[in-house]
Amino acid sequence: MDRDLPNPFPEPLRSSARLVEATRDQRLARSRRGEAFPTLSLAERQAWVEDFHPDHQEGGRRELRVGGAAGTVLPVELADLLEAWPHPAVRIGPIPEPDLIADVLILGGGGAGTAAAIAAAEAGAKVVIATKLRQGDSNTLMAEGGIQVADQECDSPVQHFLDILGGGHFSSDPELAQTLAADGPATLQWLEELGMLFDKYPTGRMKIRHGGGTSRKRMHSAGDVTGLELMRVLQDRGAALENITVLPFQPAVELLTDEAGRAAGAVLYHLVQKRLRSVAARATVLATGGLGRLHLRGFPTSNHYGATADGLVLAYRAGLPLRDLQHNQYHPTGIAWPERKVGLLITEKFRGLGAQLLNRHGDEFVHPLEPRDVTTAAIIRECREYANGVATGEGGMGVWLDIPLIDLLHGVGTIEREFPGRFKEFHHKGLDLRVHPLLAYPTLHYQNGGVVIAPDGGTDIPGLLAAGEVTGGTHGRNRLMGNALLEILVFGRRAGRAAAEFAFNTKELGVPSTGHLEVFLEQLATAGVDKSRFAPILLPSYGGNLKPGQAVPGGSPASPRGEPVGRGAPVFEPGAGS
Amino acid sequence: MTAMVTIHYDQERHRVPAGRTLLAALEAVGMVFVRGVGCRGGVCGACTILYRLGQETDLRVGLLCQEVVAEGMEILPLPWFPQRKARHDMTLDSGESPDFRVINLYPEVTRCIMCGECSRVCPVELDVMGYVGMIKRGDLKGAARESFTCIQCQACAMRCPARIPQPNAALAARRYHGLHQVRRADHLAGAVARAASEKMKLTFRRLRRMSAEELRMLYQRREVEPADAPPGTWLPQDESLL
Ligand SMILES: Cc1cc2nc3c(=O)[nH]c(=O)nc-3n(C[C@H](O)[C@H](O)[C@H](O)COP(=O)(O)OP(=O)(O)OC[C@H]3O[C@@H](n4cnc5c(N)ncnc54)[C@H](O)[C@@H]3O)c2cc1C
Ligand code: SF4
Ligand code: SF4
Ligand code: FES
Repeated sequence: MDRDLPNPFPEPLRSSARLVEATRDQRLARSRRGEAFPTLSLAERQAWVEDFHPDHQEGGRRELRVGGAAGTVLPVELADLLEAWPHPAVRIGPIPEPDLIADVLILGGGGAGTAAAIAAAEAGAKVVIATKLRQGDSNTLMAEGGIQVADQECDSPVQHFLDILGGGHFSSDPELAQTLAADGPATLQWLEELGMLFDKYPTGRMKIRHGGGTSRKRMHSAGDVTGLELMRVLQDRGAALENITVLPFQPAVELLTDEAGRAAGAVLYHLVQKRLRSVAARATVLATGGLGRLHLRGFPTSNHYGATADGLVLAYRAGLPLRDLQHNQYHPTGIAWPERKVGLLITEKFRGLGAQLLNRHGDEFVHPLEPRDVTTAAIIRECREYANGVATGEGGMGVWLDIPLIDLLHGVGTIEREFPGRFKEFHHKGLDLRVHPLLAYPTLHYQNGGVVIAPDGGTDIPGLLAAGEVTGGTHGRNRLMGNALLEILVFGRRAGRAAAEFAFNTKELGVPSTGHLEVFLEQLATAGVDKSRFAPILLPSYGGNLKPGQAVPGGSPASPRGEPVGRGAPVFEPGAGS
Repeated sequence: MTAMVTIHYDQERHRVPAGRTLLAALEAVGMVFVRGVGCRGGVCGACTILYRLGQETDLRVGLLCQEVVAEGMEILPLPWFPQRKARHDMTLDSGESPDFRVINLYPEVTRCIMCGECSRVCPVELDVMGYVGMIKRGDLKGAARESFTCIQCQACAMRCPARIPQPNAALAARRYHGLHQVRRADHLAGAVARAASEKMKLTFRRLRRMSAEELRMLYQRREVEPADAPPGTWLPQDESLL
């Protein structure tokens, strides 16, 4: 085949790609006969994950010393932020008086936040969304593969529940997992009623596929831009509600509470104007998403620019319990070549449609649809333990994802039709997915754990709710593909409704302050945490060669030499002055 | 030694490593972005740029996170453009068709002079003029298909001599098509009812009372729907969880 078509790969990818072609016919014949690579037993799964998954590797973890979860072992990059001083702007100046009062303040304008805003606004609340970048700049928008809902005759929420539990190695909060599965069909119907487009048959029935770890086909998609389509529609619905105000480029840097210990809003930092502002609220929803941009263990990430664990930092300081954060999801198939695409995703949908994972000899080494952590471990094992990976030349490694199989299995045109976004993008750059396999390696993708919540999104702080990737429990230690998009809608809407209700029942708003920080700050001082380390970092520091936590890209109010900007003495920093 | 090229970003000259994307190259020389970067993966449209090359006269459009640096690029970031957005609630007046509604919301589409500039600049290579024409002709289905991967970068709207907010019109076209023209999924109503049924609640309760070991057994014994079974045809032997 490469005789007719230019092989776009440099060596050694080129010769290895030939081996992939050489074994393709045989593999195709086996697939057609329904002979798949054998799946692993539960015991084997566990062994592979323990031996090869990045979560389990020595080195990258340390014990927390400060705060409610002291003693817990977490990835170093995250532990450093949970044990850090407040943002410099907060440390230097007095907290400004609130200039805006909302019924419901939503932190984060991704999918969970926007769904919560819609639910709260529809309930009649005056809603403010404060978000880091533009509304919609989020992991939600980047989702490609699809959304799981148990809607077929052969399926049920209970069956879905069982898959969630098993996929998460039976570590989920069963109440949350049940809620997720049970709310699924109504959520999908809601999306259809918003005019979201799905892949459908002419009869109106949705097309469905398997995802890793599913026993029934329940992955619904909108081409390979499911998240983009979802986010566009949610945002458009939100824009029609006059009682929603969006504050872009204004991430939360601290929560506010009142003297009764209720949530009372948040302190925002305007990234463009570089100033603080406070918004008071009767109820607050934390929907700040994940942590991919912390690049745990130096892995590339599929996440958007603002995924820096801010919500976890704020929640931890406020004393909320977090769970399962030592377990992060590395998507098995991030792009490993070409360099400028490294870390971006090749959605699982490719494997759902028959693309196989192959080593440098063109041989299969794992069933393509094992749960994600298992597939990730298998790829690392194949590359590291057996040296069967393809070296990319830049120190990276990868295994092949044999995409052309899809057209051979399902007919010419399938790849183009099912993956219009990715197909065009690669075609444009000279890589024809109908002919060439892609090189893949795991990429940091999803924060499995997070803030502990109740089924209505409630937390231990009255009036503070949380939803989406920032929360933990629903998926336990491992999430199956397609359950995150469902989660942000199910729990986003629940949190929005609960927040509106809480707001309506809150007659008097107390005096908002950051008083809840005092104990935590004392502990930081006692533990001798370096004063220059702060969080939330808001954005990763790619420019200026700075390490996360050293300075805010885009300018912190203190110059690199530490001259304070703004008036007033430090408000509450115990032991300040060093 | 890495080869270097010279580019101008927002009127400032930078020597940057060749072969990288503009975003990575500018960050490599110390630039820090706040506005104009979102997904870093070519899907959000936050990083739209207008640029020209050396002595060329053509104005080009690209994405900072996708475009590879080239000698002599002069770049202007376009973080935002005030295109008109119609307020609407997805309903139709009696007797009004969805395609008419979209034209009523965005009558500008009828003023397209077919200059082709939008299609020329679209960084994800959509036939923008084509989908504008479809909206104008009432073909929402075609417009939905053609505009499906629009990342709302706004470049077309900014260049349009007829002041058409193409991405917003396309968004309305897709939603009105999705709600009013695409057939609803019939099976979904049944699924909603089953999810809310007493039987489902009972089954949940039964599973929730199971020991960890029993649950594991149940999980291990799951029957897997064959990948090639047409939807709605296959049923498991054991229907007790349905
Ligand atoms: C490339 C990719 C593909 C994926 N594919 C799928 C898929 O096919 N199926 C699936 O189910 N899931 C998928 N996921 C996972 C899923 O998209 C996310 O888990 C989910 O969308 C998270 O939604 P969220 O609203 O919780 O967070 P996000 O959508 O990330 O939104 C969080 C928002 O909060 C903002 N924010 C952050 N910090 C602050 C702060 N301090 N103050 C205010 N705002 C802040 C962010 O800027 C962002 O707008 C994918 C994820 C990625 C990255
Ligand atoms: S259609 Fe317009 S807004 Fe959409 S991607 Fe193309 S140029 Fe950008
Ligand atoms: S730029 Fe405007 S006028 Fe020109 S073809 Fe496109 S929509 Fe029509
Ligand atoms: S940053 Fe999203 S398209 Fe470039």
